[in-house]
Amino acid sequence: MVGIALYIVFFLTVVSIYAIIVMGLNLQWGYTGLFNAGVVGFFAIGAYGTAILSGPDNVRLIGGFELPYFIGVIGGILIAAAAGLIVALATLKLREEYLAIATFGISISIQLVALNFASLTGGANGLVGLPRPFYQFFTEPSVYSVFFLCLVLVFAAVVYVALERAVRSPWGRVLRAIREDVTAARSLGKNPTMIRLQSFVLGSAIMGLAGGLYVGFIGFVSPIDFLPILTFQIWAMLIVGGSGNNRGAVLGCLIVWGLWTASGYVISNLVPPGFQSRAGALQAMLIGSVIVLTLLFRPRGLIGEEDVISTHAGASATPALQADAAEKG
Amino acid sequence: MTAPLLKVTDATKTFGSMRAVDNASFEVATGSITGLIGPNGAGKSTLFGAIAGENGLTSGSVIFDGEDIASLSATDIYARGLSRTFQIPRPFPTMTVLENVMLAATGQIGERFWNTWFRPGAVARQEREIRERAAEVIQFCNLTAVERNLAGAISGGQKKLLELARVLMSDPKLILLDEPAAGVNPALLDTLVEKIVELNARGKTFLIIEHNMDMVMSLCDPIVVLAQGKVICAGTPEDVANNSAVIDAYLGEVVA
Repeated sequence: MVGIALYIVFFLTVVSIYAIIVMGLNLQWGYTGLFNAGVVGFFAIGAYGTAILSGPDNVRLIGGFELPYFIGVIGGILIAAAAGLIVALATLKLREEYLAIATFGISISIQLVALNFASLTGGANGLVGLPRPFYQFFTEPSVYSVFFLCLVLVFAAVVYVALERAVRSPWGRVLRAIREDVTAARSLGKNPTMIRLQSFVLGSAIMGLAGGLYVGFIGFVSPIDFLPILTFQIWAMLIVGGSGNNRGAVLGCLIVWGLWTASGYVISNLVPPGFQSRAGALQAMLIGSVIVLTLLFRPRGLIGEEDVISTHAGASATPALQADAAEKG
Repeated sequence: MTAPLLKVTDATKTFGSMRAVDNASFEVATGSITGLIGPNGAGKSTLFGAIAGENGLTSGSVIFDGEDIASLSATDIYARGLSRTFQIPRPFPTMTVLENVMLAATGQIGERFWNTWFRPGAVARQEREIRERAAEVIQFCNLTAVERNLAGAISGGQKKLLELARVLMSDPKLILLDEPAAGVNPALLDTLVEKIVELNARGKTFLIIEHNMDMVMSLCDPIVVLAQGKVICAGTPEDVANNSAVIDAYLGEVVA
């Protein structure tokens, strides 16, 4: 029983960390229409940034500054935000496709840097012995796991509340206007470039925060944690849950990660050992199918976007069916 | 004689070798409803876009309210009190009519996201003010019945009224209307004309592109005629109607 309970704690911790990433992507894509195809890159920057700043001193490494864990996390957030700023400045004035290509490229590059710049990142072995916050106050590892889950939940809640505040405001209204029609938004005095920049950098910083928490959770980082498939999984979570809705983002995260974990469990227990690695592809196919089914039968996701943005604008009178038509029209 | 509100001098806009707007000069007097007419492809909408800052001019100057705005962005021009509507309405379809209008208010402190965290009271107060003002503008534009509908789900004529409502939120000095009558049913068109006249009486200046000659002749004075990117005539409705160059280039085809 304890084993199952601990597994659930572990599962929920991963879900909470990923939920933070999905909320960051939701800000960029769901609210602003910015296609970030390199989510994992910003997550990795936050993780490595935290690891390098707070990790133990090591003569073979450039990093290992032994700063307090939370200072490391803040550093990771700032570095991820800076990376987001550079990508955004380079691409946001161009057509949308360039952002997708640039972010995809940067995430691949970051993984390669992590793998090959061994004196900074530890190479394929990664960085080990990283500090876990408040670990010294606990004698029981299982109690610490529960504590850490609570810590991550607090961060996820803060991100959720802060984002909800920001998107249900005049700022959120401009985000949606830019997503819908840049020319019209500009003609009404809005500055799309500045607002997109803000949204992209803020989203990147949130992904960086998730990276920092991930380091505190497992105590080491290695390139294997930041494979491109994670970007695909994060996108699946957002599409299934409901793009443009933070509750949808969190729900989608729980469902998709649940499916991923459960299917992995089934494969490792039912498939003969010789076929396991090949059967792993079934997981990706399963998630792909879920995306396709969502897009076919529930294109707005499980919890779709709400019609009304500002908390001061009252309710919408347009039924959901008409809303779908309005979106297409 | 006061200085004109808008003075366009030698405006030229080229796309490759094509001169869409070719040394066009004209003025919009403060308090007037100036018409801008001409055959399809004459460069009217291109000129509109250039005045509003969407696509800069290749050469020429645009003086608005005493300031050269030719090199300013659309964002800055809107803030200075010059706003436009589009030939094909561009509402934000997944936002309600009310929020489309609220969006257009200028100087919203809540458009800086950190203010929503650190100055929520001030943002909320301003939102309530904007909401009230939007409700007034919506009522003026006869859209109150649909204010909570999504803008993508209202009729074509209502979308035209919505565009007018949106630009009114900035309390502009000059309003550029791009074919306000196109695709609008006669009853709604009467409403639209009535609103333009009423706003004009309150001191708003208009520059209107329109193909509906009944509307132009009764509403606009003076009228500027553009053909192949050039201003071929500018004057009172009578001057324009009797000008042989205009009849050749444009009115002839309308009558026939």
